[in-house]
Amino acid sequence: MATQTLIPAGDFRTTYAADTTVFPTRTSRNAMIVGIILICFAPHVLNEYTLSLLIQIGIFGIAALGLNIVVGFTGQISIGHAAFFGFGAFTSAYLSNRFGIPVFFCIPLAGVVTAAVGLIFGLPAARLKGLYLAIATLAAQYILLDFFARAEWFTGGSVPASAEPFSIFGYSLRGDKKYFYVVLAYVIVCYLLVTNLIRSRDGRALVAVRDHYLSAEIMGINLTKYRTLSFGLAAFFAGVGGALYAHYNQVVSNEGFGIDRSIIFLAMIIIGGIGSVMGTLMGTAFMVLLPESMEWLSVALRDSPIDQFLGLKNNIAFLREMAIGIIIIIFLVFEPDGLAHRWRRIKAYWKLYPFSH
Amino acid sequence: MNTQLLIQLLVNGLVVGTLYGVVAMSFVLIYKATQVVNFAQGELLLIGAWVCWWLLTKYQVPFYLGMPITLVFMFLFGIAIQVVILRPMVGEPIISVIMVTIALSTVFSALMKWIFGVNLQPFPRVFTTQNVNILGLQVQTVYLMSLAVSLAMMVGMAWFFRLSKYGLAMRATAFNQQVAQSLGISVKSVFAMAWAISATVSAVAGVVVAVVNGVSAGLSAYGVKVFPAAILGGLDSVGGAVLGGIIIGLLENFAHFLDSEYLHWGNLYEIAPFYALIIILMIKPYGLFGTKDIERV
Repeated sequence: MATQTLIPAGDFRTTYAADTTVFPTRTSRNAMIVGIILICFAPHVLNEYTLSLLIQIGIFGIAALGLNIVVGFTGQISIGHAAFFGFGAFTSAYLSNRFGIPVFFCIPLAGVVTAAVGLIFGLPAARLKGLYLAIATLAAQYILLDFFARAEWFTGGSVPASAEPFSIFGYSLRGDKKYFYVVLAYVIVCYLLVTNLIRSRDGRALVAVRDHYLSAEIMGINLTKYRTLSFGLAAFFAGVGGALYAHYNQVVSNEGFGIDRSIIFLAMIIIGGIGSVMGTLMGTAFMVLLPESMEWLSVALRDSPIDQFLGLKNNIAFLREMAIGIIIIIFLVFEPDGLAHRWRRIKAYWKLYPFSH
Repeated sequence: MNTQLLIQLLVNGLVVGTLYGVVAMSFVLIYKATQVVNFAQGELLLIGAWVCWWLLTKYQVPFYLGMPITLVFMFLFGIAIQVVILRPMVGEPIISVIMVTIALSTVFSALMKWIFGVNLQPFPRVFTTQNVNILGLQVQTVYLMSLAVSLAMMVGMAWFFRLSKYGLAMRATAFNQQVAQSLGISVKSVFAMAWAISATVSAVAGVVVAVVNGVSAGLSAYGVKVFPAAILGGLDSVGGAVLGGIIIGLLENFAHFLDSEYLHWGNLYEIAPFYALIIILMIKPYGLFGTKDIERV
C-alpha cells in the first residue's frame, strides 16, 4: 500500500493515474532519489562490517519482499520461504558451475527456476486456504531441505557448493565494496517492480483475493491463477535473493535454509508491516540488526554480574533465537501493523506539530 | 525379505505411533476448543520432559512423586500461556495467531537449550527389568509402559469428552462459542483449560519419550510429526488424531524398512510423513474423520 499516506485537506486527486503514482508527492520522490544517491557513497564512507550488514539487509530484503507478496498482498501463509531462498542459491551456483553461464545472467535465471518450483508447491494453494496451506508449506520446507541433502549432483551434498564471484563484461566484482552496488541495483529494481505490480491490474487482483476472496471471484478474478501466481512471484524473489546470497558468500552450504530462517523471514515482514513494500525493508533491517545488537549487548555486559549469572557469552546463539521469538510476539500483540505504520504515525505527528489536534 | 526386522519395526511403529497419537490428540484438543493451530506442541513435550528430568536428577525426587509435580506444573504453565499470550490474540487474523505460536516455539526451544544445554541427557532408570518376552519377541519394558500410558491417556480423554460435565462444556464451546456462552459456559475458562489439558497430556508423552530415548532438544520433532497425523485424522477429530498418529508411526517405520532393505536412499523415514501430508492435503484435505465443511477453493 504505497499510496496510503496522510494527505492534507484540499489535496485532491482528480485522475485515476494521479491516485496510483509510485510516490504520492513530489517531495517523497525527491527524497527517495537523494537517499539512493547518498547510499551510493556508502562503500567509501562505511567500514567493512557496516557494509556487510547493509549487503545482508539488501539480500534478505529482496527475499522478504517475495514473502510479503504471498502473505501481505495475497493473504496466504507460507512457512517454507527459506527453502526457496536456498533453492535459488543452489540453482545459481549450479548454473554457473555446470553450464558456465555468466553470473550476471545466472541470478535472474535462478529466480525463474525457483519461481517454477514455487508454482509446483503453490498448487496446494489453489485448493487449500488458511492453516491448511500453512501446513502444506511447512511440508514443502522439509521436502526441499531433504532434496538439498539428497541431490548431490545439484548441491554437492555434504560438501558445500562453490559459487563464482559476480562479474560483468569480464570485469569481476569481488569484495564487499563492489558487490554492494550489485545488491543495491537489485534492491532498487525489485522494489520498483513490486511497487509497480501492486498498482497494476494483477496487483489489485492479489489484494482483492486477500480482502475478500468470494467477492473477488464474483468480480471475475481467477482465484486459482492468482493464488498460484503469488507463490510463483514469491519464489522468484526468494530465488533472486538466494542467488545474490550465494555469489556474495561464494559458497553455498546446506545449512541456513531451515525452518528457523523461514521464521526469520516471517518476522521481517511482520515487524516491517504486512502488506507494506517499504516496511519490508525496515523489518529486514531490524531483523538483521537484532542479532548484532545482541552481540553488542553481551560485549557490553561482559564480566558484569548479569553476565556471570546467565553465562551470556557462551549462550549468545540461544539469546538471539529467543530475542527473535520475543520480538515477534511483542510486535504481534502491540503493533500488528509493523514499523511502516509506526513510521507513518511519526510523520503525521511532525506534520501537524505542535497543533496535533 | 527380513520378516524379523519387519515385525520389529512394525511393533516399533505401533509404539511410536500411539505416542504421535497422544500428541496429535492434545494438538487437536487446542484446535477444536480455541481454533488455534499450535506450532509449539513439540516444545510443550520438551518442557515437560526437561522439568521431570530436572526434578529426578537434581533433587533426587522419586519418579512416582516427580511425575505428578511435573504434570501440575505443566497444567499451570498451559493456563499461563493461554492467559498471557493467546488471550490477547482472540479475534486476530489467523496468520497472527499462527505466528505467535511459531514464535513461542522458538522462544521455548531456545530457552530450554539455554537452561539445559544441547546434549542428550539419559533419563534415570524407572524400571528394574529391561526386557519382557512376548510371543517370542523381546520387547523393552519402557515400550510396553509407553503403550500402556498412551492407551490410558486416550481412554481418559474419551471419558473426559463423553461423560464429564467439563468435557461437555468444551464440546459445546467447540461447536458454537456464542451459544455456549449464552448457556452459561465460561468460554474463557474453557480456553484456558484446553491449553492446560493439552500441555499436561503433551508432558506425559514427553516424559514417556524421555524415559525411552533420553531428553534432548530433538524431542520437539514430535511437534512437527503431529501435523501429518492430525491432518490425516482430520483436524477437528480427537479419535481421528489417534488413528492418524498410529498410521503415521507405522508408515514411518515401514518406510524405514523399505529403505534399509530395498531402496537404500537413507533417511526416508524422516521425510515420508511429509510426502504423505502433501498427498492427503491434495486428495482429502479434511482427513478421515474431519468435518467436511472446510471450504475447497
